[in-house]
Amino acid sequence: MSKAEILVIDDEPQIQKLLKIALESNEYKVRQADTGKEGILLAANHPPELILLDIGLPDKSGHEVLKELRSWYNRAIIILSVQSHESDIVRALDNGATDYLTKPFRTAELLARIRSALRRNQTETTSNILESGNLQIDLGMRTVRRNGELVKLTATEYNLLSLFVRNEGRALTHQYILKEVWGVGNQTDTQYLRVFVGTLRKKIEDHPNQPVHIITESGVGYRFM
Amino acid sequence: MPFTCDYTRLLFTKSLCFNGYFCNNSLFLRLIPINTRKLAIGIQYTASVGMILLVATGCFFFNDFLGHRVVALLLLMSVSILAMLFDILPVLLASVLSAVIWNFFFIPPVFTFHIDHAEDLLMFLLYFFIALVNAVLTFKLRDVENRARDKEEREKTIKLYDTLLNSLSHELRTPIATILGAVDTLKESKEKLSQRNQTELLNEIDKATVRLNRQVENLLNMSRLESGMLRPNLDWCDVNELIHSVVEKCVPTHKPVIEFKSNENLPLFKLDVGLIEQVLQNLIYNAIQYTPEDATITIEAADIGNICRILISDRGKGFPEAEMESVFQKFYRLPNSKAGGSGLGLSIVKGFVEAHHGKVTLRNNTFGGAEFVIEIPTETSFINNLRNE
Repeated sequence: MSKAEILVIDDEPQIQKLLKIALESNEYKVRQADTGKEGILLAANHPPELILLDIGLPDKSGHEVLKELRSWYNRAIIILSVQSHESDIVRALDNGATDYLTKPFRTAELLARIRSALRRNQTETTSNILESGNLQIDLGMRTVRRNGELVKLTATEYNLLSLFVRNEGRALTHQYILKEVWGVGNQTDTQYLRVFVGTLRKKIEDHPNQPVHIITESGVGYRFM
Repeated sequence: MPFTCDYTRLLFTKSLCFNGYFCNNSLFLRLIPINTRKLAIGIQYTASVGMILLVATGCFFFNDFLGHRVVALLLLMSVSILAMLFDILPVLLASVLSAVIWNFFFIPPVFTFHIDHAEDLLMFLLYFFIALVNAVLTFKLRDVENRARDKEEREKTIKLYDTLLNSLSHELRTPIATILGAVDTLKESKEKLSQRNQTELLNEIDKATVRLNRQVENLLNMSRLESGMLRPNLDWCDVNELIHSVVEKCVPTHKPVIEFKSNENLPLFKLDVGLIEQVLQNLIYNAIQYTPEDATITIEAADIGNICRILISDRGKGFPEAEMESVFQKFYRLPNSKAGGSGLGLSIVKGFVEAHHGKVTLRNNTFGGAEFVIEIPTETSFINNLRNE
């Protein structure tokens, strides 16, 4: 496989250096920009496979850079944000960011997110049958099997699960899920979502209290693994 | 500038009271005149002139009954009241205005500035003098009082900062020293170090960084509380799930068993998930610190009529009765407690729970160990009882 090219837009030299070493030692080609303007230029001249974008940039906010990039760039963009700024993260995800990481982050986590984002770049899945661990979901037949056994789901539970499965590995915001599953009217109230996630976990997780499929992203939404 | 200064004072008072340092009302009472004095200067001028005009008009109607000398005393009293409340310039304006009004409308012959009797002239000059001196003296007195109070508060702040710096410098420097030391060793004696020692040093750096991060997080949370800008961002929260996830985060590095059984009848509560997560983390972390390795920590969650109650009890030594009040204070640490800990954790717990209008209490279990009880009044949702759509 050819080396995927990653553009890092971050103004902190230490983070830049760290990311460069971590990414290059994992066979990625790295290009760097320390301002939003430079980042957009670099991305336009030579579109990379993936962009790591810091929200706090010196010249303009990462949110603006994200919006500008998203007007023409449709590959993965992963946002780097400071811990506990959930509203920033939700806003970035709603503006089309592929994923996010909060500083300080661990390298293993960073690499996992990059791999998953790159995978999604390449395969806009055409297959009807998706598998994730012990789960098998047939989008054509609308059936779900766990360890080969058919799982009974209500219509809403199925819609929710199929949304998760189609966005495997990706953090989905509460708002996005509510809009996709319940329609536009219900976007403010997350209680139905929480209840359905609870019942869905009981049906598909081996240990609903230590979920491995539907992971809660605190203050942001859910991620299906 | 006066605004900033006053704001800081208010904040400071608030933070001290928040921590139970001294919550007597005298401080707040004394703040009242300060605040009035800081009213916009325009309002002060208007109020001064208005009050003098009002008193003068009132007196004018009863002039026959009162006599102009009593009127002078009444006007002098109004000027004195203004002097207690306002800045010097509006008060001076009021005293001059009152003297002029008194002369023009009350001293015979009325409606002229002319004064007939020598006695009245003397009295007018005396009035003028006393009113001005009154204004200046009251102002100076207040100024001195303010300065003394500022000094006193500054001393208290310095004392608080000393405590802060002592506990923080230890808490922050220890991990930094670990990191620097380990890095130096790794850099300089790379060849001599065994593979195992290298890994060990790297693990120490890892642990120290996590510890540093936790302290910084605590400090940031504390400053969020101190700023008074903390607004819980309420959303529906599955408390069972939240507790499980916090427990899972705590377990791998620590020995005591943490026992939590989901309460299946628990409704959803409207809480700020981030804040409550921090509260649970701090309490569990605290329990782990003080519980022997072979003992258990139990957590329970319940709904008591729209109150979300979470119990966390450990099998440590418990708290001495005399210290129970103090443990939630900022930077407070039990006497003889082991090294580590900045004394911020529990005060953040209290602050965050109170931001939800809830309360956190501490009691000793009958079988030994301490039990923290969090009770937060909040909206609940029972829709998990409604099966399906």
